[in-house]
Amino acid sequence: MTTLTKRHAKPIATGSDWSFDDLTEFEAEIARLADEYRLDTYPNQIEIITTEQMMDAYASVGMPVGYHHWSFGKQFLAVEQAYRRGQMGLAYELVINSDPCIAYLMEENTLMMQVLVMAHACYGHNSFFKGNYLFRTWTDASSIVDYLVFARKYISQCEERHGVQAVEQLLDACHALQNYGVDRYKRPSPVSPEEEARRQQEREDYLQTQVNTLWRTIPTGDVGSIAVPAAAEDDPLGLRGGGRYPPEPQENLLYFIEKNAPLLAPWQREVVRIVRKLAQYFYPQRQTQVMNEGWATFWHYTLMNRLFDEGAVDEGLILEFLQSHTAVVSQPAFDSPYYNGINPYALGFAIFTDLKRICEAPNDEDREWFPDIAGSDWRETLNFAMRNFKDESFIQQFLSPKVIRDLKLFHIVDDDQEETLEVAAIHDERGYRRVREALSTQYALSLREPNIQVYEADIRGDRSLTLRHVQDQRRPLARSVYPVIRHLHQLWGFPVKLESWDGDEVVRRYQWPLPDSEEGV
Amino acid sequence: MTYFIDRRANARNKSAVNRQRFLDRYRTHIKRSVEEAVNRRSITDMERGEKVSIPTRDISEPVFQHGSGGRRSIVAPGNREFQEGDRLRRPDGGGGGGDGSGEGGASNQGEGMDEFAFTLSREEFLEFVFDGLELPHLERKPLVDVEEVRPVRAGVSRDGVPARINIVRSMREAQARRIAMRAPIRRALREAQEALEVEERKDPVLRNPARIQELKEEIERLERRLEAVPFIDTYDLRYNHLINQPQPSSKAVMFCVMDVSGSMTQAHKDIAKRFFLLLYLFLERSYERVELVFVRHHTAAKEVDEEEFFYSRETGGTIVSSALTLVDEIIDKRYPPGQWNLYVAQASDGDNWDDDSVNCRELLTKSLMGRLQYFTYVEITPHAHQALWEEYERVEAAYPDRFAMRQIVEPGDIYPVFRALFKRRAES
Repeated sequence: MTTLTKRHAKPIATGSDWSFDDLTEFEAEIARLADEYRLDTYPNQIEIITTEQMMDAYASVGMPVGYHHWSFGKQFLAVEQAYRRGQMGLAYELVINSDPCIAYLMEENTLMMQVLVMAHACYGHNSFFKGNYLFRTWTDASSIVDYLVFARKYISQCEERHGVQAVEQLLDACHALQNYGVDRYKRPSPVSPEEEARRQQEREDYLQTQVNTLWRTIPTGDVGSIAVPAAAEDDPLGLRGGGRYPPEPQENLLYFIEKNAPLLAPWQREVVRIVRKLAQYFYPQRQTQVMNEGWATFWHYTLMNRLFDEGAVDEGLILEFLQSHTAVVSQPAFDSPYYNGINPYALGFAIFTDLKRICEAPNDEDREWFPDIAGSDWRETLNFAMRNFKDESFIQQFLSPKVIRDLKLFHIVDDDQEETLEVAAIHDERGYRRVREALSTQYALSLREPNIQVYEADIRGDRSLTLRHVQDQRRPLARSVYPVIRHLHQLWGFPVKLESWDGDEVVRRYQWPLPDSEEGV
Repeated sequence: MTYFIDRRANARNKSAVNRQRFLDRYRTHIKRSVEEAVNRRSITDMERGEKVSIPTRDISEPVFQHGSGGRRSIVAPGNREFQEGDRLRRPDGGGGGGDGSGEGGASNQGEGMDEFAFTLSREEFLEFVFDGLELPHLERKPLVDVEEVRPVRAGVSRDGVPARINIVRSMREAQARRIAMRAPIRRALREAQEALEVEERKDPVLRNPARIQELKEEIERLERRLEAVPFIDTYDLRYNHLINQPQPSSKAVMFCVMDVSGSMTQAHKDIAKRFFLLLYLFLERSYERVELVFVRHHTAAKEVDEEEFFYSRETGGTIVSSALTLVDEIIDKRYPPGQWNLYVAQASDGDNWDDDSVNCRELLTKSLMGRLQYFTYVEITPHAHQALWEEYERVEAAYPDRFAMRQIVEPGDIYPVFRALFKRRAES
């Protein structure tokens, strides 16, 4: 590997004020270095915005254009309030997974901050968006902005036609279920190769549902021709035979609603679809927080240091950078008043940095734990790690004993059947694997959110919808389950039941509307 | 490939719609907070925003979540003294620790607060304060008897004051004039020059020196004339023209009339003050200019300034008609009804000389009511009504649109009473 080290005669710019010329020059330098490190990125679109605009962008969850909904207003008020009271600095940067990759720089930032953000967002996050398999599978960066524009227009048309109130209620209901709007285990087909063709398909689908035999009240002709093995006492003709619908449990609640809810109007189905599509767009982000931030942080650290080595920035700037960087990757201990969970920046940065060390200067421990990686080309290895994992598997694969020791991670089990908490593992020889296992599980989306699936829609009976919740480690559902199934009931239009299963037994049943006897509860 | 885009000039307030949606959705909650604030706040203090809190549970967006219980497994950083197999007491407050998976939104804004708090801007606050209220007879004074005028632009004219010169139009006129005046001279000049050229090209024998001399003089004379055409002339000047247009009156005057006899305590006055203040704020939102006139009375009425109005102490009996007469006089002297929208707000504890109440009614029906936009009367008393109230009731019957009266017992009543007095007609 030959790296040509270029020396700058003098820094590109100094001080804390920035100009567009400075930014352009720095950007070109960073681009050159990123290219040297073979970072593959989308083109960048860097937008300079004001604080208020940043708050706006924040409130719309970073979507450059969003449909209108009160929850975004609430978000905005919360951000504004926190910012005014000085409880929270605004994030320095916001970056959108789109092609070109849109990154926002705040005008209040210092020169150092702008350079840092360009390195972090425009090359770190950007290359992650382009490279990571989840983003490649689940999102289509080139069409997302168009889709957002379409969604906004469509929803405001619906508001004009059907009233703000009606649309708002529908969106409330969809938002309650949006985490269940993704096929976790199925790969989606490419999101939207041809917008128009899909629209078309959509209409057809709707017509299809109009005549969907599913909801015919008259049983189909093959009643009885199907073997009636268990002609129950109360159903001698086997009217209720023909199997359960859907035949397999469905994990994508919103998809199931969109396609099967008996009473939804076409526009309502389209709105459900929009929420579902956006949930899908954000799905990879929720699963790659540690990796994504770790990767971006690793690269801003590397790139900033290269800029310094080459003399493109002066000592003042690099010191300011180091201070800021240290704050970003600090990890308060669990008993610190500042502790607010594990800092994904800190964890991700530590793992990637250690990975590089293992490649460059492996010791015996590393050779034992990572025989394939120790001593390999670090760029190849990091690139491989970035591309092919999500938080859960990334931690499982790459969390090294050294990182566990450095962060002093320990594993606690809180069992409500025990009097006390148990320290199950700490950062020692016996504990490394168990800590790693536990941390990995902690990031598994499937365990973080309750596992709830559509089990049955009673198409031949009262049209009720039955969901099944499979308990994990006996953890029950929070009380929010009632408002959520109430929303689900609004969408479905008929009674909704939810069963909590632990192993082979139902431990709890929920339903909406509440049965008469429970009305007072 | 990288582009920089400067978006700073773009519209901010992209979230304005969403913010409004939020406020609309929680209207009832916010209204309750605002009403409490109005009753709580001191008077000078009405002109700012208000912090509003809504219980978090009322505005949460529910999703399926794990509840507490079962077997939870947590990985946390910063172990110092724990060894594997240690048993710890469960920390107070249940879950604790957080699950480290960084639940973005929820945890970093709420910070365990039970209330979702945010600040209403001043405009939003007043919006809520006066929501659903309407000024009676807000229709501006009809144009017929209006004497108020406002200058409006009405094209350009040839005369005016230098301050209103319309430079562009003046220069355009000047240029047109120059073209027009120079054209014939130029034509003559060109002809003379051509003639001179023809003459000079002739064979020297045939040349006519006298003619050449003549032409040269002609050219010189024309060139002088050309230069003499002035660049700009008084004739060119144009002025922006203003004419006076009659305007519906945007001025209002509010008479605060208060009984300061011995029976009115400071508590009564504070209540009255709040009422006046609400009315003032309300008028201020509808008119460009609102003037205040303070009239206090016991047996005699007097116009005073605000400080004296609210805080000086007087004793003695009560003759309400004295105040009404004074108001009537002030209107005659200073506020011709053609130019001013007149409002009277009266506060009293209901005491009056028995004989005087009839006078009050007559004064109102004969003179005052015809000129006022609105008359409000609040009686601050927990006791039974006296003669004044009864007489006023007859006035109200005669002018149901312009006369309103209510009773206030304690400070908490002010706002509801105010709302009742000014609620939209359609609702009543």
